Amino acid sequence: MSLLDDFIVRAVLAGLGLVLAAAPLGCFVVWRRMAYFGDATAHAALLGVALALAFNISIFAGVLSVALIMAVTVSALSGRGFAMDTILGVMAHSSLAFGLVAVSFVPGVRVDLMAYLFGDILAVGRSDLLVIWLGAALVVGLLYWRWSALLTATLNPDLAYASGISPKREQMILSLALALVVAVAIKVVGTLLIAAMLLIPAASARTFSRTPERMAAIAMVIGVLSVLGGIQSAFTFDTPTGPTIVCVAALLFVAANLVRLLRAQVK
Amino acid sequence: MSLVSVDTISLHLGGRQVLDQVSLDIEPGEIVTIVGPNGSGKSTLLRVIIGALSPKIGKITRKKSLKIGYVPQKLHIDPTLPLTVRRFLSLPKRVSDDDAHAALHDAGAGHLCHHQMTSLSGGQFQRVLLARALLTNPDLLILDEATQGLDQPGSADFYSQIERLRREKGCAVLMVSHELHVVMAASDRVICLNGHVCCHGAPEHVASAPEYRALFGTGTHGALALYRHDHDHDACDHDHTHDHTSDHKHHDTAHKESA
Repeated sequence: MSLLDDFIVRAVLAGLGLVLAAAPLGCFVVWRRMAYFGDATAHAALLGVALALAFNISIFAGVLSVALIMAVTVSALSGRGFAMDTILGVMAHSSLAFGLVAVSFVPGVRVDLMAYLFGDILAVGRSDLLVIWLGAALVVGLLYWRWSALLTATLNPDLAYASGISPKREQMILSLALALVVAVAIKVVGTLLIAAMLLIPAASARTFSRTPERMAAIAMVIGVLSVLGGIQSAFTFDTPTGPTIVCVAALLFVAANLVRLLRAQVK
Repeated sequence: MSLVSVDTISLHLGGRQVLDQVSLDIEPGEIVTIVGPNGSGKSTLLRVIIGALSPKIGKITRKKSLKIGYVPQKLHIDPTLPLTVRRFLSLPKRVSDDDAHAALHDAGAGHLCHHQMTSLSGGQFQRVLLARALLTNPDLLILDEATQGLDQPGSADFYSQIERLRREKGCAVLMVSHELHVVMAASDRVICLNGHVCCHGAPEHVASAPEYRALFGTGTHGALALYRHDHDHDACDHDHTHDHTSDHKHHDTAHKESA
């Protein structure tokens, strides 16, 4: 019997894999004001689930391809007379609706939608774990490799151009990473809560950071604390695990801001 | 060989023609200034040169591995992005602490190293932007109204630093400016832009060109009077020392006379 036989251990490992990738990526989501982008990609993921079930391919592949198509479409449409939030709103809600309708067409399969909306971290198997950690490693590697270019492009597209960096390419890389994280996270926290795991740790880390690197590192720590605290609390209070993790993250966000307020009072 | 060669480019933005058959070359080590009224396509032309916009008509060639230092007109930094001045200088390429301190010191911003970018005043921000642009040892420094938000001595410092850079490092400078009097004094060549290139050449030539006068008037609004005054002094300044204090004196008298 190995350690991985314990479903709690698997849940913890899955959660850690997710936040280690989601936290630094979430920083970019915060800096670039792409919060809604995470939401939209996550909603689109449901359409991916439906298509995967209909065509009998793996959920991961279905979600990843729909999330990628979504990311490319949004990048292509932006700057053509529509405001970003309008495009994202249209894409997010229509893909969610199409997803729900498509699922109802899948014959013979009784789909537990709740499982995809909220995920089930306790049901993570060994192969899921492998997918999660490979995906996370890929995202972290991508961010590490492009860090400086991504940061410059985030700061100002013209500064990036002048340094020979293409902001469009960097935007594409971020969208790709986002699609990967969503596809990986669907099992862990589900489509509705992915955006939360991207945003909340990064937003909490802002308070304590003076440099971008520090913000990413602190976001990772807060993410890890949320996962550990969330799984622990879910057991103690017998609550659904995914949402409990997000609740702990939210409480940490509140605590971080209280600390900031107190510090400002003292000064 | 020219650093940048812009060959009859035309550009439409949002259905409006912004640039109309614009051509220009920038040679190593020269200071070229673009002047023109609001909406004349000055910033657009700079953005074409850095590669942010690609015109469908015309051609732009850059020298191979041309290094550009760019100081934008304004730079909004989102408050959610924590960024110290020191970290900003290392974007996108890491620079050593020594280089960073030297560049900040040169730009008159030595004490700002550990400040957050979002906490800087407009003038401090411009100085830091300039320091960053210079750290890459550019072949071409592009300044888009870089002295916006600087006070008079700050602005004078800024231009004398650019002069010095050109002298010491031989980098070419391409700038857009509204400060006609300073521009005319500091540039080798002036390009007067209003969608198309109205006129270009040495500052004296452009200042007397009818196209230029049609755009900027003939001195009744103060700006040109200020310019003329300074320009006259500048002509004799070349023979004498050109330090900041004498600069201030000129500006002061210029203000009184134009007022």
